[in-house]
Amino acid sequence: MTSPDGAATSGGAPPEVALFVTCLVDQLAPQAGMATVRLLEAAGCRVVVPDRQTCCGQPALNTGEPEAAAVLARHHVSVFEPFETVVTPSGSCAAMVHHWYPRLLASDDRWAERARAVAGRTHELSGYLVDVLGRVDVGATVDGRVTVHDACHGLRTLGVKEAARRLLAAAGAGIDEMAEPETCCGFGGTFAAKHDEISVPMADDKLCQAAATGAGYLVACDSGCLLHLAGRRARTGVGPEPVHVAELLARTLP
Amino acid sequence: MSHSVLPLAERARRAIDDRTLQQALRTATAELARGSELTRGDEDLQVARREAARIRREVLADLDGWLDRLQARLESLGVVVHRAATPEDARRIIVAIAAREGARLVVKSKSMATEEIHLNPALAAAGIEAVETDLGEYIIQLAGEAPSHIIVPAVHKTVPQVAELFNTVRADAPPLPADDREALCAYARQELRSKFLAADLAVTGANFVAADTGTILLVSNEGNARMCTSLPRVHVCLMPVEKVIPRLADAGVLVPLLTQSATAQPLTSYLSMITGPRRPDESDGPERMHVVFLDHHRRSLVGTPYEEMLACVRCGACLNVCPIYRRIGGHAYGSTYPGPMGAVLTPLLSAGEEGRDLPDASSLCGACNDACPVDIPLADLLVRLRADLRRPGPPVDPAPAWPTPTRPAPPPAPWPPPRSGRWPRPRRLAFGLWARLWASPAGYRASSRLARLGRIVPSKAWCRVPLISGWAAGRDVPLPDSRSFHDRWAGRSDSPW
Repeated sequence: MTSPDGAATSGGAPPEVALFVTCLVDQLAPQAGMATVRLLEAAGCRVVVPDRQTCCGQPALNTGEPEAAAVLARHHVSVFEPFETVVTPSGSCAAMVHHWYPRLLASDDRWAERARAVAGRTHELSGYLVDVLGRVDVGATVDGRVTVHDACHGLRTLGVKEAARRLLAAAGAGIDEMAEPETCCGFGGTFAAKHDEISVPMADDKLCQAAATGAGYLVACDSGCLLHLAGRRARTGVGPEPVHVAELLARTLP
Repeated sequence: MSHSVLPLAERARRAIDDRTLQQALRTATAELARGSELTRGDEDLQVARREAARIRREVLADLDGWLDRLQARLESLGVVVHRAATPEDARRIIVAIAAREGARLVVKSKSMATEEIHLNPALAAAGIEAVETDLGEYIIQLAGEAPSHIIVPAVHKTVPQVAELFNTVRADAPPLPADDREALCAYARQELRSKFLAADLAVTGANFVAADTGTILLVSNEGNARMCTSLPRVHVCLMPVEKVIPRLADAGVLVPLLTQSATAQPLTSYLSMITGPRRPDESDGPERMHVVFLDHHRRSLVGTPYEEMLACVRCGACLNVCPIYRRIGGHAYGSTYPGPMGAVLTPLLSAGEEGRDLPDASSLCGACNDACPVDIPLADLLVRLRADLRRPGPPVDPAPAWPTPTRPAPPPAPWPPPRSGRWPRPRRLAFGLWARLWASPAGYRASSRLARLGRIVPSKAWCRVPLISGWAAGRDVPLPDSRSFHDRWAGRSDSPW
């Protein structure tokens, strides 16, 4: 399926991709969701949006309510199991499905295998485009310079790091690395609200490092991090505009 | 109100506002984290990581058995072995040994286990002076503080602060310069030398103890562990039970892995291996040796998902890479062990008596998982603890009394934990209802429409809602978009976005 020149996938019908938009993008950053659709279509995919999808359950799990998370995990699995490929614009939600679903549903005989199957077919957007489809140039043009924040779960749980950079570079963006791109921005779900005294200085560290690069955009593959950073930047005015990689690329798609 | 009884958030806030502390933390942890980064790139060490994980799990498969074999071996060497189920037991045993030996002065080499059991105050209460001989520990003992890092206990102090401290202690002597590290070290060395020579008894921890030979392994960079185990006539080693390793040969894998992960050294300046007390043909070493096995709920972790924590070699790599630790330092955790490993270990060792709030003080970024040389999934264990600490009491069931006859391995615990018969707490009820609502597309859509109404609520009002107020303290609150993604997607055919 992967083609080295990044031109197209080999032969036959375009790949069908089920978009797992995530509750956060659906409610708070719908433009990132629409941009994801456009990007996938530009890469030659046929996008379907299962309309029964809701939330992966990560907020419950990370608050210490695995039973509630398992209820949503079962729902998610039932919604997405008919599809060969599931793509989401959030490394963290993809990691929830990948890493935690098989664990959450391990002792449930009716669901364990189904959870593993969906986990194996779920991809984070940039990783899917670059590592699975082999598409780097999607026809977008990004003028100017960007700096990339490696959102934790995409980076460490899924092992996706270079994909967003390769997409941006192929679109013509210059990439200025900040001092610690792999350090957490301080979002961490409910951590951001429960321990704001730690979370907010972590956002400041990230925004200051991004500002020091002189880049025009602070790009990430996770809307959680981006809402946190944008919310902080709205208060302090420090740092470049935080933007989802799909949004930045889709802005200039023909 | 003493520091440790303040809420965690308040302790963290104070640490973040302390500019000297912030400066010290930034410099030191960045330096140390670079060390563990080098380790991750080393091919040989990747092999060592896998081998170490295998050795540690070999021990955990039969922990009580390995302890029995170690005890037999130690006793054959003439070492007296004690078993302490609790920190109180361990303190009582060690104080009794010191009293029986008529010890007035005890020298200690760096040991987090003795911090865990709060040994120094117990010795002081018995009229016995205990002197820390590791330079970092010596500094914080003079300052009346606890270690803020498991490897670098005085990491929170700057050099001028140390000079000021030393000058306060030696008020009559000419002051030491504030920036001369060598002069400060020379002073400490001179002070400590006289303590080594005068001490009656030494207390050490153990990095590893080999069951086949009964050898205690101690790594240090200052030689103080060797002074402690050579000069005083009695040596007491406090050994948490998971320090047992099957064979001395296993140290060939574990020791370099520990030193690389801790301080990026292939080997520390000193590696002391002590096998029994002084023999008739030997000229130095203690006349009598005691080893105290410390359980403190460790054995209750075997067979649970938390047994992974017993593979920990106390290298501190997870602290150095943790963005929370690097921001708030060790003292803000309020526990003997700070950072990710401390946030997991504290509620487990104390059976839920201490550190119940620590697992929440993590963004779950997973940097600790990557840094751990024995592949402990620390972030996963923090997530599990958040669930297992919901109900009052210990996060895991207690182990059978100790010593025990060999017991069969318990079946793997199901997770999520089975429902208890208790009436659900409000949070559990709320999440349960939310999950049921959102497991139905109609429920999700309805709440999505309801959330849209939130746009007409003034943002100031949002700031009074719990959790949202925490967010709003430093960030603008994102409001639901007037058209959700699903709305836009549904309308896409009429008006392309």
